[in-house]
Amino acid sequence: MRKVDRLRRRRSATMTTLTALCTLVAVGILLIILTYIAMQGISSLSLRFLVDSPRPVGEGGGIGNAISGTLVLLGLSAAIGLPFGIAVGVYLSEFGGGKFGSLVRFLTDTLTGIPSIVTGVFVYTIVVVPLKHFSALAGGIALALIMIPIVARTTEEMIKLVPQSLREGALALGAPQWRTTLGVVIPAAASGIATGAMLAIARISGETAPLLFTAFGSRFFSYYLDQPIASLTVQIYNYAISPYDEWHAQAWAATLVLMTMILSINIIVRIFTRKRF
Amino acid sequence: MPAPTITTKIAVPEHAAITPAARTGATTKIAVRNLNFYYGKTQALHEVSLEIPERIVMAFIGPSGCGKSTLLRTLNRMNDVIPATRVEGEVAMDGIDIYRPGTDVVELRRKVGMVFQKSNPFPKSIFDNVAYGLRINRLTSSKAELADRVEQALNDAALWSEVKDRLQTSALSLSGGQQQRLCIARALAVRPEVVLMDEPASALDPIATSKIEELIVDLKQRYTIVIVTHNMQQAARVSDTTAFFLLGKLIEVNSTEKMFTNPTEKLTEDYITGRFG
Repeated sequence: MRKVDRLRRRRSATMTTLTALCTLVAVGILLIILTYIAMQGISSLSLRFLVDSPRPVGEGGGIGNAISGTLVLLGLSAAIGLPFGIAVGVYLSEFGGGKFGSLVRFLTDTLTGIPSIVTGVFVYTIVVVPLKHFSALAGGIALALIMIPIVARTTEEMIKLVPQSLREGALALGAPQWRTTLGVVIPAAASGIATGAMLAIARISGETAPLLFTAFGSRFFSYYLDQPIASLTVQIYNYAISPYDEWHAQAWAATLVLMTMILSINIIVRIFTRKRF
Repeated sequence: MPAPTITTKIAVPEHAAITPAARTGATTKIAVRNLNFYYGKTQALHEVSLEIPERIVMAFIGPSGCGKSTLLRTLNRMNDVIPATRVEGEVAMDGIDIYRPGTDVVELRRKVGMVFQKSNPFPKSIFDNVAYGLRINRLTSSKAELADRVEQALNDAALWSEVKDRLQTSALSLSGGQQQRLCIARALAVRPEVVLMDEPASALDPIATSKIEELIVDLKQRYTIVIVTHNMQQAARVSDTTAFFLLGKLIEVNSTEKMFTNPTEKLTEDYITGRFG
């Protein structure tokens, strides 16, 4: 073998090994975190824990109200944030070629970078203060505000991947622009858009800061949108900073539940948006 | 110095056997007059004038970048979707300029179907692909009629027997040649008057190509067909008249027979005999 060839092969092998190592480290750390949470959390986990409300220290209690509260908050924020975010993404990809489009793109990117606590304080001043109390609605709006730019940008990227030839095919059959977008372009990008939406939901389900000043938290089951509502993250936060070992253990268990929830949402949506064609 | 304008009327072919449609006193379907086309500042078509008689196959030939695809796409205003393009001159269909203000582009594209170089089936079922144009233009009044028209279109495109048992499967599961015939069926389903084909067989193997060619010869009984092709044998096999373009100018239009045996212009002869291009 020539010397140049040997050098090239050696370089290739080194790079392959390096990238493989980095992947292993990244996946390994994730696995370690997951196992640690599972090991810490599993001991306090029981059916009762999943359905009961919190009780004073020493009496057990559970996170049923926080699970239902988190689901309400996620549903609320998805109901507000997804339509907005997807609409912005469609606008950016299909009509956002001009100066205004780049301005919107720049602003959404900036919005993505805003610390979530700032979003919480903002919603506090525009929703909580006028209504005079904390509410699930305020929490949902805060989470939706975090979602919108993420969903908008992933939607835009996914729609841009739809080949121009598909659009032309629909236009050539006499479809107006809006029907082409709704009937051909968006369905072709649907699984990508759903993945983006899932990522956004996964991201906000881990948010604590924007909920502290908005949904606030509650020790009871509540389904009123104008009342404070519990959430897993805030409950985990409150239990974790408490001085009691029992609550620490419950915080671990709640973390495990939250992780499992995100995982199942992901799996369910993947099944429903599987490419049929 | 401005280039000389070449305006050539289509000669009625001496060999009547080649063009039965033309023999029966063909009327002009599309008349292009003094057409200039610009992509931004680049002029892609120079003073093109050309008449396309009804129910014949006209082939556009010429080297890459000669403007033949651009001209084809002006016939159904498909270039409208490309930003910064400009048209001067007139394209009259049945005597009415399709570029006059107030033209219903959607209606125009229903009358002028198009088949693209790369097959572009929608990510939907075979049935829904063919039904798309019928549905968006509301051309059928019942489910049975829709199914009828779909079957007819698939029959016209010589695809029915191959797909009749799997109409609900994905169009993307078809082979390349089948996908292209599906796109032809999709264009035919709305019963256009003119079918534009932009190198419809350039990505297909010889067997699929010959199927498409047979189809084109078949279809000219009912449709006016304009086909862009790089393959001169193909132009000779399927077309009645041929137009030769070079650098955005129309050099010669003639009956295909005359064009390939005894062209009027020296440039045409040079191109056809392979001296350039």
